[in-house]
Amino acid sequence: MPKLYTGAEIVFKCLEEQKVNHIFGYPGGAVLPIYDELKNHTSIKHILVRHEQGAGHAAEGYARSSGKPGVVLVTSGPGATNVVTALTDAYMDSIPLVCISGQVPTHLIGTDAFQECDTTGITRPCTKHNWLVKDIKDLQKVMYEAFEVATTGRPGPVLVDIPKDIQFAKTKYVSLKREKKIEIKNKNRFNQKDIDQLIELMNKASKPIFYTGGGVINSGPKASELLRELVALTGFPITSTLQGLGSYPGDENQFLGMLGMHGTFEANNAMHDCDLLINIGARFDDRITGKIDEFSPKSKKVHIDIDPSSINKIIKVDLAIVGDVTDVIKSATKTLKRKNLNLEKSNKQKISKWWQQIQKWRTKQSLNFINSDKIIKPQHAVQRLYELTKNQDTFITTEVGQHQMWAAQHYKFNKPNRWMTSGGLGTMGYGLPAAIGVQVANPNKLVVDVAGEASILMTMQEISTAIQYNLPIKIFILNNQYMGMVRQWQELLHEKNYSESYSEALPDFVKLAEAYGCVGIRAENPGELDEKIEEMISVDKPVIFDCLVDQAENCFPMIPSGKPHNQMLLGPKDQEENKITGKGKALV
Amino acid sequence: MPKSKSAYSTPTKVSKLETHIIVVWVANEASVLSRVVGLFSGRGYNIESLAVAEVDQKNNLSRITIVTTGTPEVIEQIVLQLKKLVPVHKVGNFKRDDKNVIFKEMALFKVVGNSIKINKALNACKNYNPVILDQTKKSAVIQITALRREIDKMAKNLKSHGLISVSRTGAVAMTRGAEIFN
Repeated sequence: MPKLYTGAEIVFKCLEEQKVNHIFGYPGGAVLPIYDELKNHTSIKHILVRHEQGAGHAAEGYARSSGKPGVVLVTSGPGATNVVTALTDAYMDSIPLVCISGQVPTHLIGTDAFQECDTTGITRPCTKHNWLVKDIKDLQKVMYEAFEVATTGRPGPVLVDIPKDIQFAKTKYVSLKREKKIEIKNKNRFNQKDIDQLIELMNKASKPIFYTGGGVINSGPKASELLRELVALTGFPITSTLQGLGSYPGDENQFLGMLGMHGTFEANNAMHDCDLLINIGARFDDRITGKIDEFSPKSKKVHIDIDPSSINKIIKVDLAIVGDVTDVIKSATKTLKRKNLNLEKSNKQKISKWWQQIQKWRTKQSLNFINSDKIIKPQHAVQRLYELTKNQDTFITTEVGQHQMWAAQHYKFNKPNRWMTSGGLGTMGYGLPAAIGVQVANPNKLVVDVAGEASILMTMQEISTAIQYNLPIKIFILNNQYMGMVRQWQELLHEKNYSESYSEALPDFVKLAEAYGCVGIRAENPGELDEKIEEMISVDKPVIFDCLVDQAENCFPMIPSGKPHNQMLLGPKDQEENKITGKGKALV
Repeated sequence: MPKSKSAYSTPTKVSKLETHIIVVWVANEASVLSRVVGLFSGRGYNIESLAVAEVDQKNNLSRITIVTTGTPEVIEQIVLQLKKLVPVHKVGNFKRDDKNVIFKEMALFKVVGNSIKINKALNACKNYNPVILDQTKKSAVIQITALRREIDKMAKNLKSHGLISVSRTGAVAMTRGAEIFN
């Protein structure tokens, strides 16, 4: 008779087969058999968080920085509901997560048992797929499918709900044969004709632009390499979404910076005036497009995406290429080379005027701000952080708000998988746990969470996790005592009625750091900033860095209230000039 | 128009609404209907009628027929989003006025009254394949199969003939001719 394994053993055997090395979780009644089995599997390390949302975000940070799926283990009821925010976040930003949740025993399901909830029902809209395992014989197949669904096509989170009696029940375990693979959805659906069409459009264009997104990152590091080659080969300008930062070097001349609501003047104007827009792995998010009706009105649009439902969802496109970004760019580059079209040279004349126009927009220097020698400007703080960390391989996570946009604008990324931020869902409290996951996946690298004082308090407890596992993450708080982005919107759109956006009774972050057992550093003026940042980097412990910044600073440039790309609101300097001509007011 | 305080833009051009019949072949497993219906409610799509039953026991397949109304862009999204669901095998999409597709709904009418009244009711239904499923001295249950608007009409007309209860299904669809949908 073959050996029988318990459900808990099968869970670990599947995780081992998937080469999982780390799981992020929190124990509880309905998941205890799995936790009991943990000790027998030394290749898998469990990271104990302080709240299940933290486990989810940590797994997201792990996945984004390593390219491997993040694994989460939680108990039934509150364990599962607490992880919902992280699952939704991963769903919006297409991050592969496999969440295993305990459930009350099958005979108690539906009886309102202790810590029971309809986990698969609650998580159905925020996962790619989920399973409730009601028969031990299904467990192995479900676990295999879970990893398959999470990591193939457009990646995303999945959840496997395992009742406690199934964790105890026994069955056979056979290593799954590879040919029994389930049908993979969303494979490449493009052909050479599509690529030829793309090349023809590129050949004809006189004002082209690449608009790249998180899909390039998700497609793997190879996609970024290929993208760089394609951009060099064509000589076209390139802009990136928030999620795509790092797929193309931020300090290259062909890079126009981020686009969208807080994107650069040149990127947004180029999007508006171009005659060929090539979207690679982005999804025309509403923070990118501005007013839909006036979005890039004069351009032919190409959309390269692995998810067919992304095509024509928001913006109607002229050419859709459904496929993995790596494969599409590879074909495009190959075809370009075969046809011997060195666009950079042959098109130089044609697109040189376009570059001149872009240079004109660049002279606006839309990311500029009025610096001060008395008070730390938040943009200045991010710039200094960049200058002092750019010589090493640094990973940046963020929370959500003004600090996030300043980090995106002023920190230049040169490699993919170095930038972890919650873009789609916009989850305050994402950055600290995500930094933990990043540090777990990249033990000897510098990991900095650029944070706001309001966001950080949402998942502050996870600093305790960082200390438990000696994860020397740096929490770089741009402390302005306001929910800055909320305050900015209230200032611009709600007649400065700062309703509930000021945080009173903030903790002393330096003392808080000490209470947790890590290091607290405070910077109060520009003169001491560099020295303090260097101190932060040199400490081999978690650090909470309390950077006191200008409370009134706003994040510019900005596309205000449902306006198109070419009607940006620029910084205070420009507003001053515009006031004289009377143009500035019309923009608000 | 008052000044917008929102960054969400409202489109000024909205396409015309169309009615479509969406046919979805799914693995007949727990919660599959809720995945399909949840996709509609979650994304704000509209369901006018719904019919679902297992059609292939051996392969464990169910066929869901959904009548929906939306702009052409929304209909395209519905089809693409449905195709992304893991248990969905294939999706068919037909315009309601497609001449190559047959649509039918079934209704049960309970009519109460004397035999003259019941006969009148039966006569009124004569174009819609009426079948008497149950009859007493004072009542009858009549089954008809017809298009939705025809059933709507009958449900209204039979009121004067003693109609006291109506039960009806969602639409089911089938292509004409020898071809099947792939």
